[in-house]
Amino acid sequence: MTCLVRSVKSRCGKSVAPFSIDVCRICLHDGSMGQGGSIVPFAGWRRTRLLGESPLRQVLRSLGDRVVRIAEDVVGQDIDARIAGIKTHLNEVGHDPFGFDPETSRYALAIAALLHRRYFRTEVFGINRVPQGRVLIVANHSGQLPLDAVMIGSAMMLDADPPRFPRSMVETWTAELPFISTLYPKLGQVVGSPENARRLLRQEESLIVFPEGARGISKTYDQRYQLTDFGLGFVRLALETGTPIVPVAVIGAEEQYLSVADFKPLARLLKMPSFPVMPQLLFGMIAPLPTKYRLYFGEPFRFSGDPDDDDSAIEEKVWLVKSTIQSMVNRGLRERKGVFV
Amino acid sequence: MHNPETSNLHKPSARPGREPVQERPSARGPVARGVFGHANELPQQVEQAPQPKPTTGTRLKPAPEGSVLVTGVCGRLGKLLARELHRTDQVVGVDRRPFADRPKDIVHHQVDMRRKKMKDIFRGRNIRAVVHLGVLHDRRRSESDRHTWNIVAFQKLLDYMSQYQVPKLIVLSGANVYGPQANNPQFLTEDAPLLGAGMRDLVELDMLAQSFFWKHPDTETVVLRPCHIVGRVRNAASNYLRLERPVMVMGFDPMMQVVHEKDVVRAIQLALRPGVRGIFNIRGPGEMPLSHLIRRAGGRPRLVPTPLAKVALDQLWKLHLSSFPSQELDHLRYVCMVDDSRARTELGYEPAHSIDRALKDARRLRYQIS
Repeated sequence: MTCLVRSVKSRCGKSVAPFSIDVCRICLHDGSMGQGGSIVPFAGWRRTRLLGESPLRQVLRSLGDRVVRIAEDVVGQDIDARIAGIKTHLNEVGHDPFGFDPETSRYALAIAALLHRRYFRTEVFGINRVPQGRVLIVANHSGQLPLDAVMIGSAMMLDADPPRFPRSMVETWTAELPFISTLYPKLGQVVGSPENARRLLRQEESLIVFPEGARGISKTYDQRYQLTDFGLGFVRLALETGTPIVPVAVIGAEEQYLSVADFKPLARLLKMPSFPVMPQLLFGMIAPLPTKYRLYFGEPFRFSGDPDDDDSAIEEKVWLVKSTIQSMVNRGLRERKGVFV
Repeated sequence: MHNPETSNLHKPSARPGREPVQERPSARGPVARGVFGHANELPQQVEQAPQPKPTTGTRLKPAPEGSVLVTGVCGRLGKLLARELHRTDQVVGVDRRPFADRPKDIVHHQVDMRRKKMKDIFRGRNIRAVVHLGVLHDRRRSESDRHTWNIVAFQKLLDYMSQYQVPKLIVLSGANVYGPQANNPQFLTEDAPLLGAGMRDLVELDMLAQSFFWKHPDTETVVLRPCHIVGRVRNAASNYLRLERPVMVMGFDPMMQVVHEKDVVRAIQLALRPGVRGIFNIRGPGEMPLSHLIRRAGGRPRLVPTPLAKVALDQLWKLHLSSFPSQELDHLRYVCMVDDSRARTELGYEPAHSIDRALKDARRLRYQIS
C-alpha cells in the first residue's frame, strides 16, 4: 500500500505490510513507536492530528502496539509476519468482503498469543493434519466463554505453517450489539448463516464450527467432556461444497469456568441462552482459571453423498464425527496428568 | 380536483371523427396540478415556445417506431440514460418535470404518469422497451402520494404494456428492498426475501414487476436491484456522503457497497438487449466499511449512540430539518449487500467506475451547491 505522506514513509524506510489503510502504519501511530523511536506516549501527536487521526484512536493504537511488542517478546514470534502471511480474498478496493481488518487483528492476535503460550500453555497435536484449501474444523464446545475458538484460531495462526486464518461463525444477535458488531467482523468472525459459510468455503477458507452451539458451551460441571447433540448443518455444508472435516478435541476448556447450575428464569429474563452460576465469580475471579489447554487435531473426514439426503443418512455421518471427537476427548483426558499441568 | 382549463382541451367533442378518449383525471391520484402545480401554466408554455412536439394539451403523439420509453427521464439518472441511449435508439421520455436541456431527437412528454394520457404514447404499438425509472423515493411525500405514484401508476403502465404487447420492461428497483437486517448474509442473492421495512411501496413495486414477469412470459421483464447509487444523483445515499459530518451510529460500521450512476446506466443498456430477462443485483467495484467510505468522500463521521440518534432524528424529521427518517438508521447499522455474480455472467455487467470516482462525483455536486 502506498503511504499518503511520503516524508513519513521515507523516515521509517521499512516496507509496509499489505494492509488496507491509508497511512503508513508503522510510523504513523505514535511518533515512530514501532521503530524504537520515542517512548513518550504522545510524541507524534501533532503530526498524526494533521493526518486526521483522532486522539482516542491514537491512544488505542499506541496501546495496541505496545501489546504487540510485548507479545512478540514473550512469544518469540513475529506477529505482523504471521498476519501478513495469511491469504484472504480481497475485493477490488483492497478490503476483505466480510470486513476482516488486519490492523485490528494484529492486536487481537497478540493478546491471543499471550493467552495461548503463557496463560493456557496450550499444547497442540497434529496440526499438520489440517489440509490446505477449504476445510471445516469441527470441535467440542465448552467453557462458558468461547475461548476454545480463540485457542484453535491462535493455534492455526501461530503453530500451522504457513499460517492459516480460520473464520468462525458467530450468533446472529451479536450483529445487533454495538461495538461487538464492529469488532467481530474486523477479527474475521462472520455472522452464522449457511450462505456465508458456503461463500467462504468456496473461497478456499477454513471455518471453525461448533455443532453443539450454545448447548455445548453452557454445560454444567457434572456434564464436562460429554458431547451434547450435534447439529446436522455442518455435514450438509461439507457435502455440498466438498469440504474435508477436521475433528478437533479441546481439553482444558471445561475447567476454566466452573458452572454449577444454569439459572434458567434469569436467562429467560435476560434473553440469554443460559445463565451459568459460577462460584469463582463470587470470589471476584473474573478471569478464567489458568487450565492447561490441549488441542488434538484428527485425521480429516472426506464425505461424499447427497447434501439434501434424509436426516437419517446425514445423522450417520454426524455420528461418525461426533464419536471420533468423543474418543479423542476421552484419550486426551486419559493422557493428561492434571488440569493445570 | 377537476381543472376546467385543461379539461376543455380534452373534450371529446373537440375531436370529431376520433374515438372518444376519456381524459378525466384519475379519481385516486391528484390531477396534473399535482405537487409542482404546473397544470395551469403548461398550455401557455407550449404556445409560447415553438417546440417540435407539443407535449401537453391535446392527445399525446404515439411513440415513433422502435422507441424506448423512459419514465422519470428528468431525474439525473434518467437524463444520463437518455443521453446514452439517444445515439442508438429513439428515446421517448415521460416526466412531470420539464426536460430543459434535452437533445433534439429525444421526444419528451411532460405528463403525470398517473394520467390516462400515458396510454396515447403506447397507441402506435411502436415501443420497443419501457425503462421505468420514475420511482418516487422521497420519504417526505405522503403515504398516499407514494402509493399512487409507485404502485397505481406503475400498475397502469403494466396494463398498457400488456395491452400493447411491449416486448421489454426494465424496472429499476434497489438493493434496499432486501432491507438491512442483522441476520442478513453478507451477500444477498436475487432470491433473498424482500424485507425492506419502511419502504413498503418500493417492495410492492418490485413484487409487481416480478408478478408481471411470470404473468407475461412474452414480455422480457428485467428487474435491476443496484446497491446505493452514488454520483451526481440526488438520492439519499449520495446526499449522505455529501455531508461534511454525516451521522454514524456509534459502535456500528457495516460494510457498504456503492455503485457509480454511469455503471447503472450501463447495466440498463445491457439489459435492453433482446433475450435478457430476470432479476439482477448490481454491485459496484468492491465494498468497504462505512467509515472508510465517509473518509474517502472527504467527510468526518459524527458518532452518535443509537437511542440518541433515534430521538434526534425523529425530532429533526418532525421539524423538517432532516430528510432521513429514523427507520433508515438501520442502513447505518446492518449490512445489506448484494451478490452480483448473476449480472456478471448473464448480463455481462462489469463496473467501470471506481468508488473514488463515484465519491468524487458526489462531492463535486457538494461544492457546486456551496
